[in-house]
Amino acid sequence: MRLASAGILVAAAALLASCATAQRDYRPGALAMMKRDFHARGIAGMDRLNEDAVQAACNKYRDDPPKDVADKLQKEQMATIKWPADGKLVGDWTVGERIAQNGQGMSWSDKGGVGGSCYNCHQIGPRESSFGTVGPSLYQFGKLRGYGADIQRYAYGKIYNAKAYNLCSQMPRMGHTGALTEQQMKDLTALLMDPASPVNQ
Amino acid sequence: MRHALVLGLVAAIAAAPWPHAAAQKPDPTAAEFDKFREIMEQDNPAELFEVKGEQLWHARRGPKNDSLERCDLGLGPGVVKGAYAQMPRYFADVDRVMDAEARIVHCMITLQGFTYAELAKQPFSSLTRTPDPVSIVTFVAAQSRGVKLAVPQAHPKERDIYEAGKAIFFYRAGSFDFSCASCHGVDDKRIRTQPLPNFTKPDQAIRAVQGWPGYRMTGGVMHSLQWRMNDCYRQQRFPEPGYASETVSALLSYLTVNANGQVYRGPGIKR
Repeated sequence: MRLASAGILVAAAALLASCATAQRDYRPGALAMMKRDFHARGIAGMDRLNEDAVQAACNKYRDDPPKDVADKLQKEQMATIKWPADGKLVGDWTVGERIAQNGQGMSWSDKGGVGGSCYNCHQIGPRESSFGTVGPSLYQFGKLRGYGADIQRYAYGKIYNAKAYNLCSQMPRMGHTGALTEQQMKDLTALLMDPASPVNQ
Repeated sequence: MRHALVLGLVAAIAAAPWPHAAAQKPDPTAAEFDKFREIMEQDNPAELFEVKGEQLWHARRGPKNDSLERCDLGLGPGVVKGAYAQMPRYFADVDRVMDAEARIVHCMITLQGFTYAELAKQPFSSLTRTPDPVSIVTFVAAQSRGVKLAVPQAHPKERDIYEAGKAIFFYRAGSFDFSCASCHGVDDKRIRTQPLPNFTKPDQAIRAVQGWPGYRMTGGVMHSLQWRMNDCYRQQRFPEPGYASETVSALLSYLTVNANGQVYRGPGIKR
C-alpha cells in the first residue's frame, strides 16, 4: 500500500516534470542562438532577425492570435498603407504580368526589391501553368469580384500590406517593406483588375 | 479556327481555378523527374565525390599533416559506417550537438590544423571548385546507405537542440515575414511546380534528408545539407546563417529526428 502510493507520487512527479518540459518556451534561446550565428550579407542585415509587432504576435500565437490582438494590429497595419497621391490604383497589366513572373528581390543576392514573386504562390494569368499553390488562385480576380473602386482598393491594399487584412497571412507585405514601388503595385493591381487583362478573360 | 478553339479549351482547363485538385494530383513534372532520378542514381555523379571524399579522409593533410582516421563521428574514433544516420548528435568534447558536416569541420580543425575561417570562407561548391568538407561528408553519408535513421534523443542537449530547431523552424521574420514553415508547414503545396514537403510530418520529413548530399542538376555541382539550409535562408530573405553553426545543427536535428526510423538511401541527385 505504502509502496503503491509512493509509486503514484513518483508517477505524479514525473508527470509534473514532463509538463514543465513541454511548457518550456524555447523561442528566446533559439533567437539568441540565431543572433549569435547569423551575419549580415548584402542587403540582408541582421535587423531582419528582429520581430516587428506583427511577426511577434504571429510567432507567439503560432499564426492564430486572439481576436482582440489581431484586430488591433490589423488596424495599425491598415494605417501604414500609403495610397497613391493621384488616386489612381490601376496601372499597366502588361508590366504587371512581368512583375508577377519575377521571383527576385530582397534576398542577399539581390540589390533591393525587384519582382513580386506572385506566381511562386498564386495561379494568376491563364498562360502560365507553372504557378504555386501556397496562396489562393487569382485567376479571374476582377471578373469574379467586379471592377469597382472598393475591389481596386482591396487589391492594391492587399499587395501593399497583406497583414492589414489577415494578420498572420503568409503573404509578404510588398509595399510596407519596400519590396515593390507604388508604380509596380499599380501595375500588379491592373493585372488583377483591368477588364482587358488576360486574368479576367 | 478549330485550332484556336481547342487551344482556348486547353488554356481554360489549364487555368481553371482548382488549387486543391492541382496540388493533390500527382505532379507530372515531379513524376518525370523521379523516373529520371531513378535512372541517374544507378550511375550517380555523387559517387565521384564519394571517392574523392574517401581519399581525403585517409590522406595526411593540413598543418598537422594528419588524416581524419581518428575523427569520432559519434560511434567511436574512425567509425564511419552508419554514423551519418545517427547525426546530428551530442559530442561531449565540444559539449554541443553537431551535424555530420559540422563534425567533419571540427575534425579538420582539431586533427589536421585547418582553421574555421579558411573552411568557412567559400564553403559551397561552384562549377570550378568543390570544397573538401563537401566531398568528405558525401563519403561519410555513403557509408550509411540503406541504414535506418536513428538520430539519438537520449542526451538532454539533444532534446534541447531539437526543441530549439523546432522554434527556429517556426520563427517568422525578415522582409517577407517567412519562416521555414511558411513553405514546409502544411501538406500539398507547391512553389511554382516544385512540390513542398511538410517537414512537421514524419512521412514527409524524410524528404529533407533523402538525396542529400546531392549532385544538383542545376549548375552540375555537389551540395550538402549545409548548402541547402543556407539557400533556404537566402530565399527566406534572412541574413546568412554561419557555416556549420549550431543554428544549422539545430535545424537539421529537428528535420532529421522527425524522419527517424526511415531508411536513408545515400547521396543522391537533386534538381
